[in-house]
Amino acid sequence: MLTARAPHAELATVRVGYLRWTERRPTISLLDKPPPDDGLAGARLAISDNNTTGRFMNQQFDLSDVSVREDDDPVAALAGLAGQGIALVLTDVPADRLLTLAAAAADKGVTLFNIAAPDDALRQQQCRDDVIHVAPSRAMLADALAQYLVWKRWSRWVLAYGSHPEDALLADAYRRSAKRFGARIVKEIEYKDIGGSRQTDSGVVQTQQQMPVFTQGLPDYDVLVTADENEIFAGDLPYRTWDARPVVGSAGLRPTSWDASSESWGGAQLQDRFTRMFHRRMTPLDMQAWTACRMIGEAASRGGVSDPAKILAAMRQPEFGVAAYKGQRLSLRDWDWQLRQPILLADGRNVVSISPQPGFLHQVTELDTLGFDRPETRCKLK
Amino acid sequence: MMRMTCALVLLLFAGPARATTAYVTNERDNTMSVIDLDQMKTVKTVPVGQRPRGITLARDGSEILICASDDDTIQIIDAKTLRVVGDLPSGPDPETFVLHVSGNPLYVSNENDNMVTVIDVLARKAIDQIPTGVEPEGMAISPDGGTLVNTSETTNMAHFFDTRTRKMVASVLVDARPRIALFKHDGSELWVSSELGGTVSVIDPVKHAVTHKIGFDVQGLRSESIQPVGLRFTNDDSTAFVALGPANRIAVIDAKTYQVRKYLLVGQRVWQMAFTPDQKLLLATNGLSNDVSVIDVAGLDVIKSIPVGRLPWGVVVSPQ
Repeated sequence: MLTARAPHAELATVRVGYLRWTERRPTISLLDKPPPDDGLAGARLAISDNNTTGRFMNQQFDLSDVSVREDDDPVAALAGLAGQGIALVLTDVPADRLLTLAAAAADKGVTLFNIAAPDDALRQQQCRDDVIHVAPSRAMLADALAQYLVWKRWSRWVLAYGSHPEDALLADAYRRSAKRFGARIVKEIEYKDIGGSRQTDSGVVQTQQQMPVFTQGLPDYDVLVTADENEIFAGDLPYRTWDARPVVGSAGLRPTSWDASSESWGGAQLQDRFTRMFHRRMTPLDMQAWTACRMIGEAASRGGVSDPAKILAAMRQPEFGVAAYKGQRLSLRDWDWQLRQPILLADGRNVVSISPQPGFLHQVTELDTLGFDRPETRCKLK
Repeated sequence: MMRMTCALVLLLFAGPARATTAYVTNERDNTMSVIDLDQMKTVKTVPVGQRPRGITLARDGSEILICASDDDTIQIIDAKTLRVVGDLPSGPDPETFVLHVSGNPLYVSNENDNMVTVIDVLARKAIDQIPTGVEPEGMAISPDGGTLVNTSETTNMAHFFDTRTRKMVASVLVDARPRIALFKHDGSELWVSSELGGTVSVIDPVKHAVTHKIGFDVQGLRSESIQPVGLRFTNDDSTAFVALGPANRIAVIDAKTYQVRKYLLVGQRVWQMAFTPDQKLLLATNGLSNDVSVIDVAGLDVIKSIPVGRLPWGVVVSPQ
């Protein structure tokens, strides 16, 4: 019902901030080395998409990004953005930083869009009304993979997890998923990070010796589920397991918000647009940043508003949805402000499947079979 | 039977040009299927450019125009010889297009470029590029030729342009991922299908305002799987057909009351549709089951499925 035509009306500007984690750690595959503008490129593309639409709505969007590193004070960075009058801020920071930021953001009237931290606690006990989670949670990712494995009848799992705290959380998510969807973890094995995981020089020889031994003597199983968020060992497992078994999770078939090979539902257009602008492929973090900025743009154009409070109010309406090349609209769960979304299962070459899988039914939307559903939530939004 | 025999004889001696012929673009095969509607089967498969999608007839049906999206061109195919006889400079990634009611120019949506390219089909030259929304898709021309409409999938609008000045005069917000726009034959309404919104917006083309939204409800189907795409009106504007994509159904709508009268079960991911010239039959492409459903318009019955190439996208029927 909205008609936009008058070029006379005053141009309203919507300002978006971006706190960007620029610490990098080594990856097992050279191909997975994050580009310097990982995430930022996705946000820039969405801002450009928003501005094309904005021309017809007399709205303009701009992006201010601040780099944050291990030793930086993220609150000072946030204060800098808030000082410029920015009230909508994307955060690519680990969970502990996000909590610190959220406490500070409340005083400054800033709402955060978590585009990176997958921690379920942030959506559960530590949930907040002023933090919107665009990144899928570990529970959503694990559920998406579990549904596919169960559909495939690969229901006897060995769970291999790393020795970092994030790996323990991801392993918990897989244990929960196994229980939910009727898979059985027949054995758990831990891989201790003792350093030196990269395949330089003679590393290949060593890896070839280590990985079979690590997976030797396991009970009969169908699939090796790996939880290794720090890229220590999972990437070395495919083709090196003692038994000939597929590797999934942190290597092999991975649950993810995006893959550069996704071409369905107009995805080919987005990939083209992205590659032309940035001369590289679009990563999951790019997609999460793109989606956050498009949510802001969509709420602004749909509601015909440019005031941050009004944009957020429009976004929190049950009828709000954003299209993100996944075959259906994505919307916010009103019990924890997590974005509900299909999860791709990709092997790095192709999208193998997309969850939720057929047959996993839900009374409201099948997307809520992924992650913590309303009846299970421990989140109490104030 | 008599008619069938005649058609066969004609086919043997005069080639398929005389029978009622439908042409289908097969997006994943880089081919065009030629269907003989008297025999109700594919009689020829013609190699065309990469990722063929939009298809239309020009010069009273003597030429077929095809958007070869990945070749960044529009191919001109001679309907008699079925050979590619030329190209039109479409700009990058042409997806769909519409011919002006006078037969010239051609308006093309460049999906990757946020542009509409205007092509003089006689001179085979691009004469203008008009900026539009993100991922331009559906194209429509008003029956009086004065208004061009383009939908933009990511901007979620129907943009109205004056065909004389080629300037945008209005943008109307519709539901998510608008696909096809189509004027009623009497020009009184513009309908726009929204694939992810799951609705069809009825727009007053003078006031540039949505006056009604048509929703769909198929028993046993999740609302997310109902994704309206293709649109067609009968010549008297009394009935509309809406292809519902992965719902595998075509909705039959009373175009006066906007009530859905019936859902016709067709093939998988039904996409675009075309009537035969006598309006007795409606053809619909089914992208995932690689066939074309044939619908008896009077009986509202699906009477036949005709296998074509992989991922059939668009369909047109020759005037003869």
